[in-house]
Amino acid sequence: MIPVPAFLTNPERFMAFSRWAAPMFGAIALVLGLAGLWLGWSAPPDYQQGATVRILFIHIPAAWMSEFVYACLAVASLLSLVWRQVLADAAAQAAAPLGAGFTLLALVTGSLWGRPMWGTYWVWDARLTSVLALLLIYLAYMALRASLDDETKAARASAILALVGAVNLPIIHYSVDWWNTLHQGASVFRAGGSALAAVYYWPAILLALAYMSAFGSLWLVRIRGEVWRRRAETAALRAARG
Amino acid sequence: MSRLGALMARETTLAWGRGGGPMVSVGFYAGVATLLPLAIGPEPSRLAAIASGAAWVALALASLLSLDRLFERDFEDGALDHLALSPVPLELTCAVKCAGQWLATGAPLALAAPLAAMGLGAPPSLAPLIFACALIGGLAFAFTGGIGAALSLGARRGGLLTAVIVLPLFVSPVIFGGGALSAFASGLPWVGGFAYLCAYAAAAVALGPLFMAAACRNALS
Repeated sequence: MIPVPAFLTNPERFMAFSRWAAPMFGAIALVLGLAGLWLGWSAPPDYQQGATVRILFIHIPAAWMSEFVYACLAVASLLSLVWRQVLADAAAQAAAPLGAGFTLLALVTGSLWGRPMWGTYWVWDARLTSVLALLLIYLAYMALRASLDDETKAARASAILALVGAVNLPIIHYSVDWWNTLHQGASVFRAGGSALAAVYYWPAILLALAYMSAFGSLWLVRIRGEVWRRRAETAALRAARG
Repeated sequence: MSRLGALMARETTLAWGRGGGPMVSVGFYAGVATLLPLAIGPEPSRLAAIASGAAWVALALASLLSLDRLFERDFEDGALDHLALSPVPLELTCAVKCAGQWLATGAPLALAAPLAAMGLGAPPSLAPLIFACALIGGLAFAFTGGIGAALSLGARRGGLLTAVIVLPLFVSPVIFGGGALSAFASGLPWVGGFAYLCAYAAAAVALGPLFMAAACRNALS
């Protein structure tokens, strides 16, 4: 058994923890986000891309988050499937719409950037296609969750689907190499240091941290909501029994 | 071994014999291949350019059709409960079910695929590769699709849900097969894409039954 701190497994302790952690992450996200946006706005226009380079400060962290949230979803699903953690299931359920939102943001900002740069909103490049597939997997997860009436069965079935979909994540990275058509390869984290100049590197990093804190905050809030919903349901059942 | 043999015979007979068997899938496949020129236009040059790709993607769609029969009927009439109770592990049962599905619908579709592609104007030299891709790809589609079919057991609108779950998982085999076919058509090395397709099919055969059995147990619990 992996040692997991009690504030992540015990609902009471979790509620006490998330009560102050959620606003704290939200405040961190706000500060880092404003700093990153200010740095990004004051960065000089790129010599090739001009001012459109600023779209990338929104785009790159969103693309990272789309995969990071899926990793969170898959780990939470594994915990709920193997160790029957109730909170892990609530966490998986809460993460899916957030991940779908980040994926959609990455696709939309990428397409807005692609119009002036590549001359088209959308190309059927392997990487774009696999991010689209990631969005479809998020949607399939939410659809499966919504269409099974029994909550325990829905939780386990969607956890299995999340693990099946986790097979897709390595393929996303791999497909960049196999089908490298138009989307550039990894630029920030690569052997031999970042290809980005420091003026572009720091806004992207700050915004990535801001996105991550914002996700942490929203995730905790959504899990709290899910815990409250289940408590209300139990209370209603108890009241109905009399 | 005789238990597995009996199971295989049952699955293949059911998939082959009941509800029209392979004719339904092949008929659907022929229908899609007929509608395509009607929608795209009859110019041979334009059709020939898309022939192998269209035949390939229509195959993925046709293999979706028979998925809802894979577990749903056994689940409804209680046969799945009996199969889960038998000494054969449920993982192996699921694998045999998918293999039966592949024999009964995947193999006939693989025979139809080169015909459809050549009907759309693909060169006959492409036919062996289309057949091989369709045969191997059919294996991948059956074992990946089985996961979706098992997960949507007991769901409202199960058939549609299966398609929503399975189509994103079909992305990579469709890319690999399509890549091999288009590389062969333009005289480039095609073995890479075909090998990736085979690898994907092997992984689906190895891992798919584990997920399917977990999903079946969950639906039966």
